[in-house]
Amino acid sequence: MAANGENPANGRPIEDGFIRIRNVTKCFGDFTAVDDVSLDIGKGELFSILGGSGCGKSTLLRMLAGFEVPTAGSIEIDGQDVTALPPYERPVNMMFQSYALFPHMTVEKNIAYGLVKDGAAKSVIAARVDEMLSLVQLGDFRKRKPAQLSGGQRQRVALARALIKKPKVLLLDEPLAALDKKLREHTQFELTGIQYETGITFVVVTHDQEEAMTLSNRIAVMNKGRFHQVGTPKEVYEFPQSRFVAEFIGTINTFKGRVTAVEEERVVVACEAAGCDLVALGRHLLGVGDEVEIAVRPEKIFVSKEEPPDDGGVRLQGVVDDLGYLGNRSLYRVKLPGGKVVQVSSQNRRRSVTRFLEWQDRVWITWQPLSAVVLVD
Amino acid sequence: MNRVNAHRRDLVWQNIAIATPYLWLLLFFLVPFAIILKISLADPVIAQPPFTPAFDDAGRLDLTFDSFTFLLTDKLYAITYLRSVVMAVIATLLCLAIGFPMAYGIARAREEVRGLLLLLIVLPFWISFLLRVYAWMGLMNNHGAINNVLLALGIIDAPLQLMYTDFAVFVGLTYSYLPFMILPLYATLERMDPDLVEAAQDLGASSTRAFWDITWPLARPGVIAGCLLVFIPAIGEYVIPYLLGGPDSLLIGRVLFDEFFANRDWPLASAVAVVLLLLLVVPIVFLQRNQARDEEGAA
Amino acid sequence: MKKSGRFSLTMLAFGYAFLYVPLVLVVVYSFNDSRIATIWGGFSTRWYGELLRNDQVLDAAWLSLRIAATSATLATILGTMAGLALARFGRFRGRTLFSGMITSPMVMPEVITGLSLLLLFVSLQQLTGWPGQRGFSTITIAHTTFSMAYVAVIVRSRLAAMDESLEEAAMDLGGRPLRVVFDITLPLIAPAMTAGWLLAFTLSLDDLVIASFVSGPGSSTLPMYIFSKVKLGVSPDINALATLIIAFVSVGVLAAWLATRRRA
Repeated sequence: MAANGENPANGRPIEDGFIRIRNVTKCFGDFTAVDDVSLDIGKGELFSILGGSGCGKSTLLRMLAGFEVPTAGSIEIDGQDVTALPPYERPVNMMFQSYALFPHMTVEKNIAYGLVKDGAAKSVIAARVDEMLSLVQLGDFRKRKPAQLSGGQRQRVALARALIKKPKVLLLDEPLAALDKKLREHTQFELTGIQYETGITFVVVTHDQEEAMTLSNRIAVMNKGRFHQVGTPKEVYEFPQSRFVAEFIGTINTFKGRVTAVEEERVVVACEAAGCDLVALGRHLLGVGDEVEIAVRPEKIFVSKEEPPDDGGVRLQGVVDDLGYLGNRSLYRVKLPGGKVVQVSSQNRRRSVTRFLEWQDRVWITWQPLSAVVLVD
Repeated sequence: MNRVNAHRRDLVWQNIAIATPYLWLLLFFLVPFAIILKISLADPVIAQPPFTPAFDDAGRLDLTFDSFTFLLTDKLYAITYLRSVVMAVIATLLCLAIGFPMAYGIARAREEVRGLLLLLIVLPFWISFLLRVYAWMGLMNNHGAINNVLLALGIIDAPLQLMYTDFAVFVGLTYSYLPFMILPLYATLERMDPDLVEAAQDLGASSTRAFWDITWPLARPGVIAGCLLVFIPAIGEYVIPYLLGGPDSLLIGRVLFDEFFANRDWPLASAVAVVLLLLLVVPIVFLQRNQARDEEGAA
Repeated sequence: MKKSGRFSLTMLAFGYAFLYVPLVLVVVYSFNDSRIATIWGGFSTRWYGELLRNDQVLDAAWLSLRIAATSATLATILGTMAGLALARFGRFRGRTLFSGMITSPMVMPEVITGLSLLLLFVSLQQLTGWPGQRGFSTITIAHTTFSMAYVAVIVRSRLAAMDESLEEAAMDLGGRPLRVVFDITLPLIAPAMTAGWLLAFTLSLDDLVIASFVSGPGSSTLPMYIFSKVKLGVSPDINALATLIIAFVSVGVLAAWLATRRRA
């Protein structure tokens, strides 16, 4: 995987195993929040942990920060075992989801807090605060209190405060969740820019798959205290290894079926809902007769009124059940004769006021075997 | 036209709604203070009522500062005022020392139990104040529960004299006014984002440091409100020192009561009240300012 | 983190013990057969019987309840008006003095309030002949004065938390200001008024010092009666009385709490 190669986010080589999480488990009473998790994060990576609420991602982050002690397992950062180290002795800083800016201190005092606690010299603190203020472009606001700042400005103060001690790792808890959509897009690029400039390892926790995809060079998808898949955004999106990952990231069509033949890299699956055999790329050890699911992303499916040529791909016939115009693309829900509804997303390449397809149109949908993946579990 | 009349009638009602409580308070709250002030400037006489009128028979203003001069020259009163202030300060600090950790504990408790914990703080408040003080009489008696337990455990050989001491008064004051400390403290602590303390720890502050840097300054409106809500009533307290304190532990509330009822020196009792009020004007105004600022901050 | 958790847990346990152990002991000793209240002489309910046969207690309790109900009702009416005036009627002349007078009775030491009201009643009697006798009416007025402040503060903060657009919507739909107060505002602040009434009722039942000042000979409230007995030391029938009050209040408050919790 990418961990051993180049960091796609900033082009620097990644040292493997900068953060080593080994068999970490965390229980609260009977509830297991994090269940025997192991993970390596490289130096300089912008790594995201993605999952729904209650999946254990925040607990994992809090264990990295030192607010929770693992029930079992160990955490190493840059060769140092930090498993039982209190938060104030770790080379790690955190940006809180609520930002947790101290309301009674000015922007300047908030940013300086970490260095003041370390007993740094006054001149050093002043110089670093200036540096941080210019990094986040808040020089004019240094004497303001947090209540007098906008949401985006607060987020940048929180970032500057967490970066001033030059931590080995910066933890970001839902860094963009409190911002509105436009600001979020802008801030995403700002964050990656700052990560590139500082070279600090970022670990982001988020429930927003889009945020994870655009920010990070690697993603771990988490559910019920376990990792389902760890990989680059592309790997996770194009080659989901489980039904959970496939459905959590983007939308996907799935077809239940039984394996009838296993070829070198392909499997053939008999699928009742589709009314024919489906072929897909199989990366698993499967046998004939196994129950599996075939999954295809909506944008991998083509829709047309005319019968397409048979080029070895999957060809199905159906009726347009519903459609929606989104500007850059259109969404279609195509109903197959067996009742199964398939989602199709198609780019609107040509400008036209009339619709290319209408409700109840009889259409063909097709996709290439390479576009489909096999999901087990 | 009809609508305009209706509107005018509404305004009349609105004015009545303002004027009724206004007049009530003027008559039963403000005027009495004027009377206290007037009587404090009169001479005591053996009559009914036992003071000289403000205007003599010839209609001339007849005021005297005798009561105030007496208050200021007799050392006993100065000592009593000072004792009352010191006792109230100590009781306030005791309430803070016990109340702060409790309020913090409740504010950080799980949400399901928080309501019940708060209810248990308020519940004694609904039970008669007098009876709660009385409960300690049974506890601190020479043959009371505390002495019995200590004797049974062999920690002491003879009963401790707990009742009728300053210690008993402190216990009584702390016990009675603890809810007044906890409730405003809880209100500010509950509003505080727990992330703030974690953020401070994350940036290198130990738990103790984080408390003094973050929790304490942010809890200050609650601390101020709680302290004043305990201090102000404690300073004029009558029942607790009467029931639990020793006969020689004079506090200003009791002096006022005795001056009025036992000695029937109304002008002197009024003067005691005026001086006490002057003493309390600063903390009372401070409390109201603090509360107004806190309300603005919360809004 | 762990350590501070344990610390605050210990403090909570200690604090609640401090609040409740004295009350529990009073309840236990109320069932003590011995006349000397601090020595255990076996289980008995005789003090409850004696309490209920004591006319002085019953008269005092009846007077206290009448005063509490009357003054709480008056305080709720006046306090609600005052709360409305402060929260909704905008600026009017003398508003600062008004809001100062509303909050001051709450923090005024009881001895001062009591003394000042007594002096007022004495002066009024000299001037107008009223009140001829101090008792029910004077105590009720005194209690109304300080407890209306609590009602006003509760009502005012409820109104401040309440969305003014509800009333604006009603006016937009053609309701005149006064109608809106009765149709919209009062029903919405009814819970605050109830809480205020209950608080005023309790405060009245609780008061000893002010009542001692403004009552006349022959009319003593329940706290005054208790005080006159307790002055002489611990007494078993007062234990029984305290137990009845503790039981009544605990059941009432817990029931109210459960009721509001179920609704929420």
